[in-house]
Amino acid sequence: MGTFHHGKHELHGITVVVDTDGPEIWVGRCDDILDDKVILRDADGHRDGDGGHGKQQWVERASKFGVWAKHKRLVVPRARVTSVRRLGEVG
Amino acid sequence: MPYSPLLVKPMREELTVAGIQELLTAEDVDRWMDESSDGTALLVVNSVCGCAAGMARPGVRAALENGPRPDHVATVFAGQDLEATAAARGKFPDIPPSSPSMAFFKGGELVFFLPRHRIEGRSAEEVASDLTTVFAEHSGVTA
Repeated sequence: MGTFHHGKHELHGITVVVDTDGPEIWVGRCDDILDDKVILRDADGHRDGDGGHGKQQWVERASKFGVWAKHKRLVVPRARVTSVRRLGEVG
Repeated sequence: MPYSPLLVKPMREELTVAGIQELLTAEDVDRWMDESSDGTALLVVNSVCGCAAGMARPGVRAALENGPRPDHVATVFAGQDLEATAAARGKFPDIPPSSPSMAFFKGGELVFFLPRHRIEGRSAEEVASDLTTVFAEHSGVTA
């Protein structure tokens, strides 16, 4: 059974870490990556330093078991995105 | 909304033909957990997702064929058998839901969990290797 990509970005359906040039970092299932935005499904995010945890600490924790779906659909402006990588490749 | 039963039938059968018990209700899940509390048990959360489930199912099958086998093996189908899946996830409430995924229990305690993002982008052989290692570790056999 193939994947239903429907012409979307190659990371469609993959759980990714989206880092930004600000304090926010996001983890969610990639829906699409377009010229102007990254669209995530079932995402959660973290602000650097919240709860005493930096971005990297939070991502390492997320890499163990995943994240709770706090945002059904989340749009991150592409201009703010510094990297998109697979969560499975963390740790 | 669940997919057509016709669409998911081969995805169910890919596991059931390998002797994996399908749990369709919350009662099935509770009964299976009770019955499996005396040994090792693998619970596979099956899924339509082609990104990961397409490798998860053959990975499970290969692990069961090639290594020490858990005493009990069962599956629920996320997005299809909603009640059973919720009951299964209730056995590991601190772990965010993901599908496909796999939970390995020993003596009724969760000792290993393979979430979806650890399956995505990997081969069936790699998934099988992870599982074989866990099965061997908890059955006292060297992988």
